[in-house]
Amino acid sequence: MKLLYFAWLRARIGCAEEDVGLPPGVQDVAGLLGWLQSRDSRYAEALQNLSVVRVAVNKEYVGREHPLREGDEVAIFPPVTGG
Amino acid sequence: MIRVQREDFDVGVELERLAAGNHRIGGVASFVGLVRDMGGGDRVSALTLEHYPGMTQKKLTEIETEAHRRWPLDAVLIIHRYGRLEPGDRIVLVATASPHREAALAACHFLIDWLKTDAPFWKSEETPAGERWVESRAEDEDAKQRWTNPP
Repeated sequence: MKLLYFAWLRARIGCAEEDVGLPPGVQDVAGLLGWLQSRDSRYAEALQNLSVVRVAVNKEYVGREHPLREGDEVAIFPPVTGG
Repeated sequence: MIRVQREDFDVGVELERLAAGNHRIGGVASFVGLVRDMGGGDRVSALTLEHYPGMTQKKLTEIETEAHRRWPLDAVLIIHRYGRLEPGDRIVLVATASPHREAALAACHFLIDWLKTDAPFWKSEETPAGERWVESRAEDEDAKQRWTNPP
C-alpha cells in the first residue's frame, strides 16, 4: 500500500509518502488508523484527534469502514482549505 | 475545463476565451478568490497552497460534471493555483457561461462552494507569530449544504 500525508499531518509525521504492506489484521480504514497510531509517538501525536482526519482511498473520500486491499493508495489529511 | 497551476492567470483573457465563438452564450459569471492580508486576527504576509495532484484533478472534474448536470451551461472554467502567494494575488477563478444569467450565476456559486469543501488543497499562512496551517471553517460546509437539493 502507498500511504500519502498532506498539510500538518505530513509535517507532524515528518513524511509525505511511504510504502507499507497491509498490516496483519488490518481490514479497513479504521484499522489502518489504529495501526498507525500504535507505530510510534510521532504518528500517535499526529493522529490523536481523528475527528480532524480525512481519508481518501484511490483518490476518493471514504469512511472509516472502507475496506483496504494491498496496492491501495491511501491518503490521510486534515479537512481541506482551498478556494 | 480544469487547470491546476503555479502561474498566475489573466481574468480578462480567460473570460473572453470562455465565450469566444459561441453566440448561444448570453452571460458569463465569474468568481475570483484572492489572498487576504489578515487571518484569524493576524497579519498574513504570504500563503502557501499545497494539494494532492491526482485527486485534485479528479475532484474538480467531478464538480464540473455535476454543474453541467444541474444547469444548462455552455462552458465551465476552474483555475486553481498552488505554491507560495502574497496578499492580493489571485488563488482561484471559477467561470461559467450559459444562454441565461440565472444558470451562469447559480452554477458559479455552486462550484466555488463545492470546491472549498471537496478539492484537496491546504493553505499555510505566514504570520508575525510564525507559519501555521489554516483551519477549515464550519461555514464552508454549511455553504455546500445549501446545494444538497438539486434545483
